[in-house]
Amino acid sequence: MRRYLLNRLWQSAVTLVLATIVVFAGVRALPGDPALALAGEDRDPESLRAIREQYGLDQSWLVQFWQFVSHAARGDLGQSIRTGTSVRSMIVSALPVTIELSVLAILIASVIGVGTGVIAAVRRGRPAEWAANALALLGLSVPHFWLGLMAILYLSVALGLFPASGFVPFFTNPVANLHHLILPALILGTGLSAVIMRQTRSSMLDALSADYIRTAEAKGLSPKAVVGKHALRNSLIVVVTIVGLQLGALISGAVVTERIFALPGFGKLTVDAVFQRDYPVIQAVVLVTATAYIVINLLVDLLYSVIDPRIRVRGEA
Amino acid sequence: MAVAEVTEAVPTAPLRSNRRRVVRRILHNPLALTGLAVLAIAVILAVFANWLAPHEPTQTHLDRAFAPPGTAGYLLGTDDLGRDVLSRIMFGLRASLHVGVLAVAFSLVVGVPLGLIAGYFRTVDALISRLTDLVLAFPFLILAVGLAAIRGASLGNAAIAIGIAQIPGMIRIVRSETLRIKSLDFVAAAIVEGASDAWVLGRHIFPNAGSAIIVQATVGIPAAILGEAVLSFLGLGIQPPAPSLGTMLADAQQFASRAPWAAVMPGVAIMLLTLAFNIVGDSLRDALDPKASRR
Amino acid sequence: MKPVLAVKDLSVTFRTEDGPLSAVDRVSFEVGDGEVLAVVGESGCGKSVTAMSIAGLLPRTATVNGSVELDGTELIGADKRTLRSIRGREVAYIFQEPMTSLNPVFTVGHQIIEVLRTHIGLNRQAAHARAVELLKLVGIPSAERRVGDYPHQLSGGMRQRVMIAMAVACDPKVLIADEPTTALDVTIQAGILDVLRGLRERLGTSIVLITHDLGVVADLADRVAVMYAGRVVETAEVHDLFAHPEHPYTVGLLGASPAAGRHAESQRLNEIPGLVPVLSEQPDACTFADRCTRAVDTCTSSQPQLTDGPHRVACWNPVRDRVEV
Repeated sequence: MRRYLLNRLWQSAVTLVLATIVVFAGVRALPGDPALALAGEDRDPESLRAIREQYGLDQSWLVQFWQFVSHAARGDLGQSIRTGTSVRSMIVSALPVTIELSVLAILIASVIGVGTGVIAAVRRGRPAEWAANALALLGLSVPHFWLGLMAILYLSVALGLFPASGFVPFFTNPVANLHHLILPALILGTGLSAVIMRQTRSSMLDALSADYIRTAEAKGLSPKAVVGKHALRNSLIVVVTIVGLQLGALISGAVVTERIFALPGFGKLTVDAVFQRDYPVIQAVVLVTATAYIVINLLVDLLYSVIDPRIRVRGEA
Repeated sequence: MAVAEVTEAVPTAPLRSNRRRVVRRILHNPLALTGLAVLAIAVILAVFANWLAPHEPTQTHLDRAFAPPGTAGYLLGTDDLGRDVLSRIMFGLRASLHVGVLAVAFSLVVGVPLGLIAGYFRTVDALISRLTDLVLAFPFLILAVGLAAIRGASLGNAAIAIGIAQIPGMIRIVRSETLRIKSLDFVAAAIVEGASDAWVLGRHIFPNAGSAIIVQATVGIPAAILGEAVLSFLGLGIQPPAPSLGTMLADAQQFASRAPWAAVMPGVAIMLLTLAFNIVGDSLRDALDPKASRR
Repeated sequence: MKPVLAVKDLSVTFRTEDGPLSAVDRVSFEVGDGEVLAVVGESGCGKSVTAMSIAGLLPRTATVNGSVELDGTELIGADKRTLRSIRGREVAYIFQEPMTSLNPVFTVGHQIIEVLRTHIGLNRQAAHARAVELLKLVGIPSAERRVGDYPHQLSGGMRQRVMIAMAVACDPKVLIADEPTTALDVTIQAGILDVLRGLRERLGTSIVLITHDLGVVADLADRVAVMYAGRVVETAEVHDLFAHPEHPYTVGLLGASPAAGRHAESQRLNEIPGLVPVLSEQPDACTFADRCTRAVDTCTSSQPQLTDGPHRVACWNPVRDRVEV
């Protein structure tokens, strides 16, 4: 277990270092003089020199990289060239929205995906399986941002069931917060629930034909225990991995979803930064996303080894 | 598909002999046929859009703005600038397919050789794994954001961003196929007989990994099409006024209450296109999978 | 004495894409209290299907006819709830694959406790204590520690002992052991057979032993039923069967076994020419006729029925080489 853990930590660290280099190099690959880009509208030579000094652009690349890393490590991600506010505070205020949206989406998608996947596997060859399969295929194929537009158009504007846009912090008013987030989360979770459904169905089919299920039946356990405990527990191991693998798609999806529902989250920050050519913000956003992705996948892997006792011991051996 | 004969003629045989069975399985599957038909229609509409489209896709007619579907000459209505929604969808399909094929071609060109190398030469496997981890750490939208910031937003850059994002999946599939095939008897025999690595890879492993690669490419295209729509919707892909299903949706968002058809139709077009690809991809996978018949 | 388990005219048919497939055809046998009945035959002869059908464990594609009486209770056609209350409680199973028959994500203790809590309603502590006791009963060393192990931490033989502990947890009337030693090393097989023998002696459990290994039969069984192509072709007390097999198939089977048969001195396995016939179509004939060296005209025109008496055989031209006393 310890060796597995160390190995996994080491891999993550290497990836993180590489990602930092990529982000650093990417910013240096910006067209033209980075100082010009960083200065934005302000082309005054005096302020350009100030910027070069501030960002260390007059230093060698190695020094620049070191400064970039040491600043980032201290949480200093620079200032927005549009508003002058610190990038760190922008991210700190945007992140909770995105985290809540994503967590909600994963929860909803897991419930829907695992539920329909189990039904499809248990009701094999019957209308219920057919319907669940069709639903999953639709979920995979529908552009979720379009689904979001349709939901706003018909559920929010026409029927007034949900607020069309905006956000209320959870601690201000939890009910209003959920009311604002439930529809975006549902939309964001469509693709994920389809993926989870398909995976659950196929691993449930594998599990249900396994010898240990025959044993469970021979023990006289109820169908609920056989399916809901013995088969599902084995299938869920796979589902956890899927959530980890789909994390990138989820982050991409969150950006679009926030844009449609005008949620003041990380995605909106990203898109706005691109259009305003706010390079320090873009750089920080990319770095934070990559770091989050690497860390969360590490956690998923560790969770995986907690759920599956076989992994735990393979590490020991 | 398990092949174990130690002869030279056999290795390429499985795919070839399977081909007839695969074609038959697909022809006997009404769902797959429907998917293929929808794809054929979409490709025809896209390729011959210049001739088939009733109107110039970028031609504005402010006096005919917001014409509802069914208006004479405008089967699917017009948008806020009086542009024909149907014609724009046809050209939008062209852009979608263009990006879809381009992105997958990119992921094939880079991913297949890397996958083969990673599976065959254990020494570089770890290195390639770290590189795929690295690419995975940048979700496709973040990649596209970075690329748009560095190189500007365009159809080509959108395709590259999507293609890069699909490379890790391609590598993973090809690598695991390579590992599997490498352990089969006829490959082991070829290696023992002193065949060169390049010969074994090109002659034995690549042809036998073919079906897995085809399936992966087939599911990659609809994903790329959805990706293009997202990027264009955000303004990071195809630039207006060039028609793209994504930009059409972004425009339509502004006046969706007034002209819902302008928001509904392009979305339906994307959905039908990706649905058709996914159905064909699923059927292909089932037809190629010897285990699938038991399911 | 009334038998604990009485199987009468049991037939099983599977629905398949190519039409109905008969797997078991009017099989009858009885198991007395504390008796070990071995059901032997080649793979595909329907012995496992017979075993699974006793407690209704066959898939939905199977149609079961006939009668299975457990202590006077009819099991064929019984509702699912009744069957569930019997499985694991009155009829328990041990399967061939100890590597895959235990659920990998639960501790072995948990899987034993589960049976106890389902059928006897023991509380957690009592069930745990009983689980340790059961592991000791089947000869697992340091059972207190092993109870918390996951299946993959145990060897194949240990896992099969766990399966046995799980099976006898509720002191069932009948234990059905489907090829319990087939997947194990020869050295470990003997240990498992010792455990089964011990259970029969200590708990008086009746055992139906499904196997193709005649060595196991000789070691453990009181009586033997020989199955061929879905039918019982011969049943007899074990020593009688080994000494005087009457059905040509049994003769061949004993000859094919390296140790137990009368042809043991000839080193080569005595193969029976031909293949087990497809079961979907069985005409009015002896199913063994086309492989049989002793076949006569009647064999291809009429199906032989089991004779009466302690040694029963279904054959038109049985081997009768015993010395009349």
